[in-house]
Amino acid sequence: MLLSNLLEYMGIERNRLHMSWVSSAEATKFIDVVTEVTEAVRALGPNKYFIKDQAKVA
Amino acid sequence: MLTYIDEIRAASARLLQEGAVEMVVGFRQGSQPMMNEPCLIRRPEDVDTLVWDSHCGINLTNYLTNRKEKIAVIAKGCDARNIVTHIIENKIEREQLYILGVPCQGMVDKRQIAMRVAGEITEVGESDTEIRVQTTRGEIQTFAKAEVLQQNCTLCTHRNPVLYDALIAEAVSEQTVDRYTDVAAIEAMTIGERQQYFQDLFAPCIRCYACRNACPLCYCPTCFVDEAQPQWVGKGQDAVDVMTFHFLRAYHCAGRCTDCGACERACPVGINMRVLTKKLEKDCVNNFGWEAGLSPDVRPALDTFNLDDPDKLIK
Repeated sequence: MLLSNLLEYMGIERNRLHMSWVSSAEATKFIDVVTEVTEAVRALGPNKYFIKDQAKVA
Repeated sequence: MLTYIDEIRAASARLLQEGAVEMVVGFRQGSQPMMNEPCLIRRPEDVDTLVWDSHCGINLTNYLTNRKEKIAVIAKGCDARNIVTHIIENKIEREQLYILGVPCQGMVDKRQIAMRVAGEITEVGESDTEIRVQTTRGEIQTFAKAEVLQQNCTLCTHRNPVLYDALIAEAVSEQTVDRYTDVAAIEAMTIGERQQYFQDLFAPCIRCYACRNACPLCYCPTCFVDEAQPQWVGKGQDAVDVMTFHFLRAYHCAGRCTDCGACERACPVGINMRVLTKKLEKDCVNNFGWEAGLSPDVRPALDTFNLDDPDKLIK
């Protein structure tokens, strides 16, 4: 929680960070989580911030 | 405050003479004005090199990490809180320490003074309320101490040491201030503004790691930035790598930082990276009621689990 707060504070939208515990027996929960994550991130669009396109060479 | 030094020297000499401690960690005059440096005194006849004035900002807890001998340490409010953190984290034993507590009314920010005078500062003197500087141009200027304190000192709510064996002088009154106005101002920004704010904030960073080296919490044998296998973060000046370094360093201090200001003071380009650690500090206070370094008998917030801990992230 401290981590997600700090990331949001630094300008990374809250919905880009997800965390969940899913057991190998919880297939439906896994589907729900994946759906939720992809929908949340798709709604935000591609992230341009805090991302290195290519390492800068000198 | 200027009279503290007599008591500090007397107590240090006594402890060394009695053999109660093997060394005293304190400050001596630095090679430049306003730059007192830490020193380790081992002989009673050397205690006169110790000094105490408004330029003793460096956190001496940094010099206690993994020490084996008996040590007397001169501790301000923030140092004492970091000593508590060191004891909790098994970096030193309480029994090894004789803590000479110094009630503190704040340390002066040398950068603020340097900015306000023309020319190089050659000499500095002080009274209880004022700082007097002389420059290469021969001018003498005086400043009210309260106006040139380090920002973390103006916001300090633990000026008296929380843990000590002897107090050098009478305790000073504690301040009641809102510690988090700067954090709240950033929180009030939009996402885009915050991105810009942090990009601008860290743009001057030269990755010298002075902030890490000055920090009493950063005692890992190999820091994540120095590791090559795996390499967690790029080592160059790339803006994203610089931000990753500051973000992770701050996070490693979560629930441990006492806002002693060592990082900001050490920074050669004057970056206020404390806005990151203060955000974590604020969240710890608000969510876990936790302030670092107040008692060696209480386990830190990130070290304990309570059923009523806030849990909004994990679904």
